[in-house]
Amino acid sequence: MGWTRKDLVTIRELEAAEILTLIDTAASLQEIAGREIKKVPALRGKTIVNLFYENSTRTRTSFEIAGKWLSADVINFSASGSSAAKGESFVDTARNIAAMSPDVVVVRHSASGAPALLAKALPCAIVNAGDGAHEHPTQALLDLLTIREKKGHFDGLSVAIVGDIAHSRVARSNIHGMRKLGMTVTVAGPPTLIPPYAQELGCKVSYRLEDAIRDVDVIMMLRLQQERMHAGLIPSLREYSRYWGLTLDRLAAHARPDVLIMHPGPVNRGVELSPEVADGPYSVILDQVAKGVAVRMAVLLLLAGGRSAEGPSQ
Amino acid sequence: MSPRGAVSSTLVIRGGRVIDPAASIDAEQDVLIEDGKIARLAARITPPPEATVIDASGKWVCPGFIDMHVHLREPGHEYKETVATGTRAAAAGGFTAVCCMANTQPVNDNRAVTDYIRAKAESEGVVRVYPIGAVSRGLAGRELAELAELAEAGCVAFSDDGKCVMNAELYRRAMEYTLPFGTPVISHAEDDTLARDGCMHEGVVSTELGLSGIPAAAEDVMVARDIVLAELTGAHVHIAHVSSAGAVRLVRDAKARGVRVTAEVTPHHLLLTDEAVRSWDGNMKMAPPLRTKRDVEALIEALVDGTIDCVATDHAPHALSEKEGEFDHAANGVVGLETAVCVLVDRLVKPGLLPLVTLVSRLSRDPARLLRLPGGSLGAGAPADVTLIDPDAAITIDPARFASRSRNTPFTGWTATGRPWKTIVGGKVVWQ
Amino acid sequence: MAARSPRLREKAEVLDTAALDRALTRIAHEILERNGGAKDLTFVGLRTRGVTLAQRLAAKIAAIDGASLPVGALDITLYRDDLDSMHGAPVVRATEIPFSIKDKTVVLVDDVLFTGRTIRAALDALIDLGRPKMIQLAILVDRGHRELPIRPDYIGKNLPTSRREAVAVRLTEHDGEDRVVIEEPEEG
Repeated sequence: MGWTRKDLVTIRELEAAEILTLIDTAASLQEIAGREIKKVPALRGKTIVNLFYENSTRTRTSFEIAGKWLSADVINFSASGSSAAKGESFVDTARNIAAMSPDVVVVRHSASGAPALLAKALPCAIVNAGDGAHEHPTQALLDLLTIREKKGHFDGLSVAIVGDIAHSRVARSNIHGMRKLGMTVTVAGPPTLIPPYAQELGCKVSYRLEDAIRDVDVIMMLRLQQERMHAGLIPSLREYSRYWGLTLDRLAAHARPDVLIMHPGPVNRGVELSPEVADGPYSVILDQVAKGVAVRMAVLLLLAGGRSAEGPSQ
Repeated sequence: MSPRGAVSSTLVIRGGRVIDPAASIDAEQDVLIEDGKIARLAARITPPPEATVIDASGKWVCPGFIDMHVHLREPGHEYKETVATGTRAAAAGGFTAVCCMANTQPVNDNRAVTDYIRAKAESEGVVRVYPIGAVSRGLAGRELAELAELAEAGCVAFSDDGKCVMNAELYRRAMEYTLPFGTPVISHAEDDTLARDGCMHEGVVSTELGLSGIPAAAEDVMVARDIVLAELTGAHVHIAHVSSAGAVRLVRDAKARGVRVTAEVTPHHLLLTDEAVRSWDGNMKMAPPLRTKRDVEALIEALVDGTIDCVATDHAPHALSEKEGEFDHAANGVVGLETAVCVLVDRLVKPGLLPLVTLVSRLSRDPARLLRLPGGSLGAGAPADVTLIDPDAAITIDPARFASRSRNTPFTGWTATGRPWKTIVGGKVVWQ
Repeated sequence: MAARSPRLREKAEVLDTAALDRALTRIAHEILERNGGAKDLTFVGLRTRGVTLAQRLAAKIAAIDGASLPVGALDITLYRDDLDSMHGAPVVRATEIPFSIKDKTVVLVDDVLFTGRTIRAALDALIDLGRPKMIQLAILVDRGHRELPIRPDYIGKNLPTSRREAVAVRLTEHDGEDRVVIEEPEEG
């Protein structure tokens, strides 16, 4: 199935075939990273604006590299702090940027729904690089690509996502994508970090790490943020890592020997993952990062390259 | 308030379907108005020679509607609304009286502000305006406002609406203190600690959208507390903008026990659910939030059986810049004066979910009785406040045509059959 | 509104199974003759049928000369000059050239040569991927209507066509048979 959407805002609204198109395209683009000249002219003359309201060096860099390897002109716009503090509203900033006619705007924002607003208001393609706790589509796509490369298929695989599910856009996007591709998902963590009605998203819920990681093909650990402690959701980082942190002995005692350990990064070593697990043989965390560029190239190519009428040419 | 430029005139409203729940009348009647009061109703009235005649055949003739929960935003936030524009909006919506909340700038916690509002209403208001005074100084929830003086200045009730009085001891004292005035205390029931930074109902939709949610428990917990305090003090507590099935159940049980609790509901809580937030439209954001289908069904049932005493719009104007943009940054609240009658008639009355007589009662007789206001009926001697509705006129809701200064409605584009036709205050037509 | 592509029907057979095979055999001999043997020769086929033809040519050269030549696959979607006017988003297949083309002779192989734009894109890609000593072009069918100054070194068959016709190359590995046909739009 070809790609026909103007924007990539959520995984939830995509069909399985569209997800596969994105992943397959990304797989084909991976070899560019191995070339001496890491450039193809596909998006020459296209302008991509990275509109990042949340600090994120790694995701922004990943998108920047992706755009440049496709020969696009990439502009970075960082708005630190809330748009209100800056004095210019989010909508006004977006309108100003749109007036400069970019082909793609990649947006990361701490408010859920911000990219959806842009997609409705602006004529150019919008890519959601992470909105609040809502979705992070390119992260889920690179996670899926990593899983397929290591396991060879999706259907029938089981995944445990462990950590602060309630505040995680990575978890939500992955749950939607994995379910559409035939995987079973269990979310696990302390009850205060599991959102209400989580099972309505289509996953199982567990409150014990040992139970969740038993017999699964993939364990995805999420980053725990300090703020959760201050909000009274967990008593201390110490207690969290004692009961929900993944250590080598827990892994050995309960998980399968062919399990994959994933993490969207950056890793809080010693909190959700011990250093031995993070840097150990089961971990595919660095593979995930490498695939991030390929996935983002695929997204930019499919959104910015090619539209409308029948072309001739051979 | 006296109708502007008032020269007492004689008015006959002829041939309309008169619905007066206070007198159990629902029949074709003529209405004679003299000197700003209802003179009498009769099957046929021959108009005196000097009388203006309104041919109301095919129209509904109701006692003037009263909206007991409105934010007029003056003094202090005139860019959103003023007494002038707000009362014009009320008239356009078929309302002949509004009660305005105290969360102005400065807060209406002293007589000077009450007098200011009443003076504005007198000189620029188009419908009757009854101020509601603050419970606590500055709405800070720490010290009582000068409630006796506010009552004397003309406040018809007390409320810190916009905020919840979290301190139970303070609220108890406010209820005790105001008991002799005969004024109810109106509760914005929402526990701040449970609501936190929530911006929509906590449920399946909030989990999917990754938005912080406000559980129904935040409202239920405070409704329960307020009912217990009402029992303790013997005061009349009125729960503003009820939104949850749990709160409905608590109010119903309390009323059965004889507690002096009453409740109101907004049109948007009767017609919309949290699914509306999927559009990320800031006009779907208000406090309390839109909840689930189950809650909507409980609210409609409660409005029909009288557990909920009246409809009040919680008309909350905001500027465009305060409602567009990121959902969790948007201000809470929607306007409601100009859409209430249309949407309720079209979506509840016409499909048979709410009897017409009940709707008219919940908009006129019931709020008048609850607040002991003049009006709410078309009996002889009552003020000549009349709401006329054209049940067959179609409208597509277009905020660009609102009389209100603000445009933040969740009903943009809704089509409805049944809309206000003329609004009469003190015997004078103030809108048509 | 874009016009829908008309349905096509077969007008004439241009190469049957035997003729197709003889053309490939002749091209294999010509490649060896032109380059004085198989030294430093590599094949790169354009996806998808060009790759198959390149593999067949490599097999024939192995049969004639004994040399086992490498065959790579090139997808030129990323180098097209007409991405914006394409129907729908680009479909990208992997480029797999698991050998160095630096200082080698690359024989580029495609099934049909038409406007020449595909070959131009392929030349850009090859030069980005390494610096070959020489690039030669082998084509099964040349149907004319060149829009760029591109000329093949090895041709299976010259086939003048009108613009409204289409040339379909069918290969067993993809289509179940070896045939080349001309197609024209159905009337009505």
